[in-house]
Amino acid sequence: MQTSFLGKNLHTPLVLASGVLGNNKAILERVWENGCGLPTMKSIGPAPREGHKNPTVIDLGNGMINAVGLPSPGYLNMEEEWQELSSRDFPVNASIYGGSVDEFVRVAEFVSAKGPDFIELNISCPNSDQHGMIFGVNARSSHDVVAAVKKVVDVPLIAKLTPAAPDIAGIAKACEDAGADAICAINTAGPGMVIDIESRQPVLAFKKGGLSGPMIKPVAVRCVYDIFRSVSIPIIGLGGISTGKDALEIIMAGATLVGIGTAVRYRGITVFDKVNKEIDDWLAARGTTMEEIRGAAHREAL
Amino acid sequence: MITQLMPAMVNVADKEVHSPEFATLYVNEPIDFKPGQFVMVWIPGVDEKPYTISHHSPDRFGITVEAKGIFSKKAVSLGPGDKIGIRGPFGNGFNLGIGHKRVGVVAGGCGMAPLAPLVEAFQTHDGPEVLLIQGARSKSFLLYPDRFAAKAEICTDDGSKGYKGFVTDILVKKINELSNGSTPVFDMVYACGPEIMMAKVFEICEAHGIPCQVSLERYMRCGFGVCGACVCGHAVVCKDGPVFGSKMLRTMEDFNTRALLKTGQPVPLNEYATWRCQ
Repeated sequence: MQTSFLGKNLHTPLVLASGVLGNNKAILERVWENGCGLPTMKSIGPAPREGHKNPTVIDLGNGMINAVGLPSPGYLNMEEEWQELSSRDFPVNASIYGGSVDEFVRVAEFVSAKGPDFIELNISCPNSDQHGMIFGVNARSSHDVVAAVKKVVDVPLIAKLTPAAPDIAGIAKACEDAGADAICAINTAGPGMVIDIESRQPVLAFKKGGLSGPMIKPVAVRCVYDIFRSVSIPIIGLGGISTGKDALEIIMAGATLVGIGTAVRYRGITVFDKVNKEIDDWLAARGTTMEEIRGAAHREAL
Repeated sequence: MITQLMPAMVNVADKEVHSPEFATLYVNEPIDFKPGQFVMVWIPGVDEKPYTISHHSPDRFGITVEAKGIFSKKAVSLGPGDKIGIRGPFGNGFNLGIGHKRVGVVAGGCGMAPLAPLVEAFQTHDGPEVLLIQGARSKSFLLYPDRFAAKAEICTDDGSKGYKGFVTDILVKKINELSNGSTPVFDMVYACGPEIMMAKVFEICEAHGIPCQVSLERYMRCGFGVCGACVCGHAVVCKDGPVFGSKMLRTMEDFNTRALLKTGQPVPLNEYATWRCQ
């Protein structure tokens, strides 16, 4: 199912969510070969960072809670990865983060020169007190990051948003006004917490963490629905998408591409092929197309 | 009940101290298990780490810990009544095969831990003949010296017990001794130990047309194939492995060459080992 996105042809409309499976070329290629149209790299930061101590990721059955904590070799220490990726046959979306507008700019400028097909700004991770979500909950700071980065990159820029923002549609509009080429929504929800009642301790070492998987899908669908009404740039919709029906739902809310992350836990790396087939089968059985159903949930109201 | 979801807090039932370096913590809980699988062990306030199940019976299991770092030193200091969190089991485990006549089991140091329940599983009335080759740096690092009925070929780096040399020397010697010129000597060789040892075992097996399975170690976080911390080439060690067969090893470019640090940075295996042994 070829899909055109910001001038690039993708072999499927499915995206690997950032932070899932890492940055190694061989694994990103495997994901692509298994039906992912656009693998997203794990967020690249301004300095080496180990992330939090374990436990960092817990499966709650109907989704996960995680506070991995933005581990990154740091943008200056990824020569080996870029070298390998330079001979790739597939597109990549490079996610980046910073602790200030200046850091975002520095990382973005450097990464842009390494030849990713897209750059995604992580202004939405809940697992650090200095990075991510602190920018994305506020329209002004979201605008400032996007506008500053837009000046120094020559690849399409995607802003990844958090459902923790009081008005995610307003944040999306601020990003569009600042020059973002697309919106990716949503990052993990919450943050939440789980406590082990025997030890009386929060299970995650960072205590709180972002929620993902089936339990947050309605939040993701609502966010994409709201964003679709406030911007005219394309949306990568994700958050709890595990099946073709989930994908169709978020496409009807307005998504152009659909991201998958936690479902890799529940359906394996072949989840992409499975979801593609489920989408195709559903569309074929009803004699309709992706273009026809995109944003369909808005038509009555519009 | 122990599952792959939230850690279950369980009591350490008892502890067996094997040597100054090794101890096994036992838990009196049932766990669904296949040799080679692992659990995530959580000590609240300290950390959570993957450990293979080294002892298993229907209502009890054990994990053997080598006291090396902050977590493992804390773990071996625990005793009856202390609580630990367990989630799992994770990973694929060894494929025991069907109709094997003779298998080789090659263990280096703490690599004996995942292989021990495998040897026990083979020691049933209709199991294959097992040739166990066990090595360690010195006598006190040889795990479970009296555990198996099968005769073991023992070696140590310093000669403090058995042959002075490597398990791979013995493997080659045994293959040559047992060879009758036609069928492969072993239906399968299972190995766990330092990665360079496993790479050598793989190389020897490839040269003799013997299939093998090795169990890899990488820094892990989730344990179920999502976070990417333990990626090795195109494989996810916690989910696709930790046991990998010859076919996979042939195309796994990071096997015996690279591993990821906690930052996600790929580094040569010796640099990774230096970090892990701190």
